[in-house]
Amino acid sequence: MNGETLVVAGPVAAAAVAPRRVSDATTEPAWVRRLLIGIALAFLAVFLFVPLVAVFVEALKKGVDVYLAAISEPDAVSAIKLTLLAAAISVPLNLVFGIAAAWSIAKFDFRGKNLLLTFIDLPFSVSPVIAGLIFVLVFGLQGWLGEWLRDHDLKIIFALPGIVIATIFITFPFIARELIPLMQAQGTEQEEAARVLGAGGWQIFRRITLPNVKWALLYGVILCNARAMGEFGAVSVVSGHIRGQTNTMPLHIEILYNEYQFAAAFAVASLLAGLALVTLVLKYFVERRVAATGSAAMGARR
Amino acid sequence: MLLSRALLKRHSVLPGFDLALGFTLLYLSFIVLVPLSAAFLKTFTMTWPAFWDAVTAPRVVASYRLTFGASFAAAFVNAVFGLVVCWVLVRYDFPARRFVDALVDLPFALPTAVAGIALTALYSGNGWIGQWLPFKVSFTPVGVWVALTFIGLPFVVRTLQPVLEDLLKEVEEAAAILGATRWQTFTRVILPILTPALLTGFALAFARALGEYGSVIFIAGNLPLISEITPLLIITKLEQFDVAGATAIAVVMLVAAFAMLLAINGLQAWTRSRQGR
Repeated sequence: MNGETLVVAGPVAAAAVAPRRVSDATTEPAWVRRLLIGIALAFLAVFLFVPLVAVFVEALKKGVDVYLAAISEPDAVSAIKLTLLAAAISVPLNLVFGIAAAWSIAKFDFRGKNLLLTFIDLPFSVSPVIAGLIFVLVFGLQGWLGEWLRDHDLKIIFALPGIVIATIFITFPFIARELIPLMQAQGTEQEEAARVLGAGGWQIFRRITLPNVKWALLYGVILCNARAMGEFGAVSVVSGHIRGQTNTMPLHIEILYNEYQFAAAFAVASLLAGLALVTLVLKYFVERRVAATGSAAMGARR
Repeated sequence: MLLSRALLKRHSVLPGFDLALGFTLLYLSFIVLVPLSAAFLKTFTMTWPAFWDAVTAPRVVASYRLTFGASFAAAFVNAVFGLVVCWVLVRYDFPARRFVDALVDLPFALPTAVAGIALTALYSGNGWIGQWLPFKVSFTPVGVWVALTFIGLPFVVRTLQPVLEDLLKEVEEAAAILGATRWQTFTRVILPILTPALLTGFALAFARALGEYGSVIFIAGNLPLISEITPLLIITKLEQFDVAGATAIAVVMLVAAFAMLLAINGLQAWTRSRQGR
């Protein structure tokens, strides 16, 4: 009198006698299900949900006026501007790289491809602090190019170019990593057909490849942007923390926090937390579109 | 033209290989490979005893112990709870499941400094969570563990999820028909299939935790020999203009990171072979 005999008896009998019994063999008793759901939700609540809520509660603790003052004072505004500027330079550069890398890796078969893939992933495994350090070693005063840069009156470390380069390094793999698996799964037949029919390279990319990957591309850009605006460790090493000049938003938060201006620190932090929430919402929608177009593309290939 | 002649295994009618790969290699070299090699070349300017002293000073060794220990503990907790979270998300239906699923990615999207100050406020003596705990969390090694657990949370869930989704119900039905209890099916059939992905997620969370800086420094309190992580020590050396000392420690951490990268690549290959792809 259990689920498995009913499966053997056939779907009709199973449905007629006790439809729920069939699934009993491959799921858990209700109390186990409830316990596991409880454990999972409690864990996520303590480690994810409560910290997120805390950011907004702490930001508004001393009232809306303090909040608005904290995000509109000159140092905060200059930090916001610098963060936006650094992201506006580094994200497009990584976008171009991501497309070039994905085109060569997904559409061609060449020697050393696996090595190249490993190299592209390298920045994921390098500590942000070390990412900052290596640019100090190259561009810093004691670094390889330090004296030459000083003689030509060029500033990279403790200035915008250093912040941008460190940000590029940290967000380097994001867009390439979104595009490569999808473009590999899509294959090359459509592009080859277009080529045979006389389309040029740019035409193929714009009319065939780009529409096929646009949602993954968008998600890669969103994630890259979120990480670019939130980067702390690497930027902290190369920025020099000059208030109003080389402080990005995360660095500004650190300074406010260390000065015990908690409400102000959380106010600026709430802007970045808002950006993170927008990123998650966009990701949710983009993933649904990728699932839809991805399965459609697979269906067309079959 | 040179690149395609030297590297292409198969001729392709598609254009743009030389341009795309050429740009990729150039950009990769300038942004990643050349600067990273600077760290290794810098240590060659040090004598061996100086290098050894820099990377084995008591304060540095204490920071390795904390960084590796807390990272391991955080990755372990994430492996256990990540499995539960992933199982619940894939197998069960409950209110707000989609919301919870989306929330799992929060540590990927939330800047580390924001996470750092939020966790510190929560776990401090009069914080929402800290006031209910009988022991101190903020400004102790436990605080480091809390921050690293937050940072590594999505890795296990996201590496397990596709594998668990692809798991065929037929396998579990077969086990049940052959007389296995549900617990036996889980430990003898399901868990072995999930093991490579579970280890991959563990390794990814561990590797991420090793280098983490932003979320940890606020909650750690940064007491030398007690709650000081290795990345912070690199910054401290740098601020004392001890560039060589900072680089020596960085090279040790880089070697550990590359070892983890190799291990993860191997684990991912194992996961794919288990899935029969």
